[in-house]
Amino acid sequence: MLAFFTLGLPLVASIIVLFLKNKQTIRNISFIFSAIIFVSTLFYFPVFHNSTSTLPVKIIENMLYFSMDGLSYLMLLLTSFAGLLIVSASFIENHERSHIYYSLLFLAIFALTGVFTTNNALMFYIYWELALIPVYFICAYWGSEGREKITIKFFIYTLFGSLLMLAALIYLYVKTPYPHSFNFEAIYQLVLTETEQSWIFWAFFIAFAVKIPIFPFHTWQPDTYTVAPMSGTMLLAGIMLKMGVYGMIRLMLPITPLAIVQWGTFASILAVIGIIYASIIAIRQTDIKRLFAFSSMAHVGLLAVAVLTLNKIALQGAVIQMLSHGVNVIGLFFVAEIFMDRMGTRNIANMGGVAKIAPRFALFFMIILLASIALPLTNGFVGEFLMLLGIFQSNVLIAVLAGTGIIFGAVYMLWLYQKSMYGKQNENITSFPDLKLREILLFTSLVIIILWMGLIPSPLLNIAEPAINEILKTF
Amino acid sequence: MVSMENNLNILLLLILLFPFAGFLLSGLAGKSLSKQIIGILASTAVFIPFVFSVIIAVNIGNGAISLKLFDWIHFQNLNISFSLFADSLTALMLLVVTGVGFLIHVYSIAYMWDDEGFSRFFSYMNLFVFFMLILVISSNYLVMFIGWEGVGLSSYLLIGFWYDNHENNNAAKKAFIMNRIGDLGFLLALFLIFTTFNSLEFSTVFGSNALMSVNNNTIFWICLLLFIGATGKSAQIPLYTWLPDAMAGPTPVSALIHAATMVTAGIYMIARSSILFAFAPEVLGLIAVVGIATALLAASIAIFQNDIKKVLAYSTISQLGYMFAALGVGAFSGAIFHLVTHAFFKALLFLAAGSVIHALGGEQNINKMGGLSKKIKVTTLVFLIGCIAISGIPPFSGFFSKDEILTSLFEKNPLLWILGIAGALMTAFYMFRLYFLVFKGNFRGSEDTAKLIHESPKLMTIPLIVLALLSIVGGFIGLPEWMGSQHFLENYLSPVFNASIQILNHNTHLPISEELILILISVIGVLIAIIFSWYIYLKNYKVINNRVASVFLIFEKKYWVDEIYEFLFVKPTLWLSNTFYSIVELKWIDGIVNGVGILVSRSGNQLKYIQNGFTEFYVFMMVLGIIALFVINFLIR
Repeated sequence: MLAFFTLGLPLVASIIVLFLKNKQTIRNISFIFSAIIFVSTLFYFPVFHNSTSTLPVKIIENMLYFSMDGLSYLMLLLTSFAGLLIVSASFIENHERSHIYYSLLFLAIFALTGVFTTNNALMFYIYWELALIPVYFICAYWGSEGREKITIKFFIYTLFGSLLMLAALIYLYVKTPYPHSFNFEAIYQLVLTETEQSWIFWAFFIAFAVKIPIFPFHTWQPDTYTVAPMSGTMLLAGIMLKMGVYGMIRLMLPITPLAIVQWGTFASILAVIGIIYASIIAIRQTDIKRLFAFSSMAHVGLLAVAVLTLNKIALQGAVIQMLSHGVNVIGLFFVAEIFMDRMGTRNIANMGGVAKIAPRFALFFMIILLASIALPLTNGFVGEFLMLLGIFQSNVLIAVLAGTGIIFGAVYMLWLYQKSMYGKQNENITSFPDLKLREILLFTSLVIIILWMGLIPSPLLNIAEPAINEILKTF
Repeated sequence: MVSMENNLNILLLLILLFPFAGFLLSGLAGKSLSKQIIGILASTAVFIPFVFSVIIAVNIGNGAISLKLFDWIHFQNLNISFSLFADSLTALMLLVVTGVGFLIHVYSIAYMWDDEGFSRFFSYMNLFVFFMLILVISSNYLVMFIGWEGVGLSSYLLIGFWYDNHENNNAAKKAFIMNRIGDLGFLLALFLIFTTFNSLEFSTVFGSNALMSVNNNTIFWICLLLFIGATGKSAQIPLYTWLPDAMAGPTPVSALIHAATMVTAGIYMIARSSILFAFAPEVLGLIAVVGIATALLAASIAIFQNDIKKVLAYSTISQLGYMFAALGVGAFSGAIFHLVTHAFFKALLFLAAGSVIHALGGEQNINKMGGLSKKIKVTTLVFLIGCIAISGIPPFSGFFSKDEILTSLFEKNPLLWILGIAGALMTAFYMFRLYFLVFKGNFRGSEDTAKLIHESPKLMTIPLIVLALLSIVGGFIGLPEWMGSQHFLENYLSPVFNASIQILNHNTHLPISEELILILISVIGVLIAIIFSWYIYLKNYKVINNRVASVFLIFEKKYWVDEIYEFLFVKPTLWLSNTFYSIVELKWIDGIVNGVGILVSRSGNQLKYIQNGFTEFYVFMMVLGIIALFVINFLIR
């Protein structure tokens, strides 16, 4: 029954919302649905917390290949929580044809839930692609100027990546002993030569690298994040890019261990270049969403490095950071949307002096910013600390280079805050109403999560641990 | 005994809770409370921890107390707990932070009274005290790092307190970023410590068994990285340039954060890790050199600054340099001794400077001051006491601590001592330059300002008087052995430093007669420097001043270090940012991607006619593909 709420309800919600008429009703019903999904996901918490079993929990026996281990569960927790946040945040945007909009939102959540819980490679691929479709439409219909060209590019780019993954999956399928199977378990047991692994490694890596994105496969990302509507960006940055990282952990580590030993450092170097490259570019961005886009790219580059080090501490950090980044990036893009809503512009040059007239907004923006630059006691710190520690243990130089991200992060984030919030009030600002109740509630829940994860991350680490142990068993 | 210890443990937690509650209260309810209440609350939130600190300091003896609050980051391979710890070194730091902190809070009530951000100010101040206390009572490096970054944040918020002005914001940002550079060093040190000892807990890392088995090369790197962290927070070469700019904050902030407490965090951290550094004599040597170089560099700049707060800022950097030099020669308790006395007299000097600025309605240029001694007598007197103390004239506090450091330098290497004396002479010279230019001679400001000049209210002068008394008698906690007394502070701290000093193994104490000669030389030198200063800046003021400006431009311009950094780091980064974005990103990488796209779409031109859009095509292909898969599946079976 619980499984239905968690896995099936998003699809049900997606269909029901489609037939609703009144805008207000649609919002309320959507909110209720997403809340139920999140709460039902929470009910699994005790199942995974302190569980010693490394075996995945079968959610639905003999059907559709759903199962969950701690890793899947944490991703599901992220998806349902982020889903709740995105649905709640959507009130700030006034959507035409909002029944379609919310329906697509739930469809995306449904597909993401599938990606994170299936243990069948074919289903994984189908959900992976299914997730793309609603996001594409959300960006294409509700995005801002210039969206047509950009969303198509985003679409083709990620499609190209996925096709490589599909090819690899089919190859693996054919390699499984008769009767062939797409089951993860069957694929994990394959004995592959180093050459085979290398090919599969690169097919997977490019697919995931596009999604995450990792330098130099990233050029769709800043444009798409910028022109997509707030909810589209939140979906992409908050949850969808974690599909790539999740895929790396779930598929690459167990299937291509030899190739990771051989190519991992090379791939890590690409990711590290991306961290520094994106951080430096972020310093001079004048569009607040584009700045956050490059900042996000720098952060997820670190995620990729952490996963590729095969170090347990780094992997634990990566799992925490996936959740933290999901929460924080939603907060950041909500901040961007507040600016859009109040001022109608994303241009930082038109901002300034907002702290004085909107002190509550200033406070929340500051806290989310601090989480994003990994100040201790925020969620961002726990993840980055563990990842960098783990990376340090396997390669000091890469850790030092990746660590510069925390310096650059402070540079561009504090610059942004100074230009937008401090200084004299910009003459373009006639009025900047401080946060309304709903916005305060949303920010408050973000801040609670930020501090809770920063202060008591151990339960989450505890949930992830058996799954990580299982995955690292290969090495 | 047991119950006593338990009670002390709880105090560690309570010490943290009060300033944190104060931060929340004035931060969240600040608008609905009156200024009196906020001022009293915020000061009390620091005073109560002071009382607790006294209790701890009195009872701690040779022992140590600790309190584990909860597991912070915990799984199979890694367990970092949120736990607190205190020994005599901690107790001393607690006393300084809460004691001086309390006085500065009281002073601030009057100083900040007319500011519209009154409650925000006290909220940030309490937050700072909270993080500073975490820093000193942490029981492992990661909890220390919370405090370490936390004080950086509070410092950022307070430097940029008047955020209307972008100069303040730039200073705040610069402070945070330069600190972060050091913090990366600190963080890497923690990684190496964890990798080596599998723990970040002080008790484990400093345990002799663990230390003995580690090779010296590893310890060398750990210590070097820790020191890099310290150069950021404690404003040493090469990361010192943020501190003078940090004077953009309200003056009480400069006194508390950028003179008395936060900037000493690096000293504390190295003293805390003294046992590690004892195994890394090369790093200690480096620390001594960097320390003394910073002391001299900053002193030479201070002589030529005309902003009263800038002079004090460079003086702070210089004095921190002395503390580092002391650490470098293994005089750990000497460094801490100077840290304590410096906290007294530098807080005093800054607050007195604040009183001067207050009296002149915001004027900070010493060329527009002069002759203030007649009008603000209390401020003049306490400032003079501060000058005497920092110059090292007996029996004021600075004399004892500075001479202890100088003697230790001599024991290590007479050359270090000579450099140290040179710095001491410069210190006396520029401090009395400041005194003569501000308080003596004739008033050089406008007549309108002259009418304004008034002594500060009691709320400001009382903390000044208390600090002045401490600056006079503070040195008595460390009366040297040649005065026939036990060195109280050294004994008090000996449980912390004994092991490290034994490893360093320098028991080559100077004979008392030689020590006395050294002291005589330094005192006479200082007196001459003061007379020299008097001759130039009081007796013969105008003539020399003009000549100074042209000949000593290099000092006045601070060796152009800011400009060099701008040229070497800031400009190239900005250039890279632009180039990466406009050329590498848009032209190259995206160019290739678009090129491939065009190529593909041309070769796939036929499909374009059949399909009316990519989406439909895609969905169609996906369905087709899935069907094909099932077919393949079926055929293979």
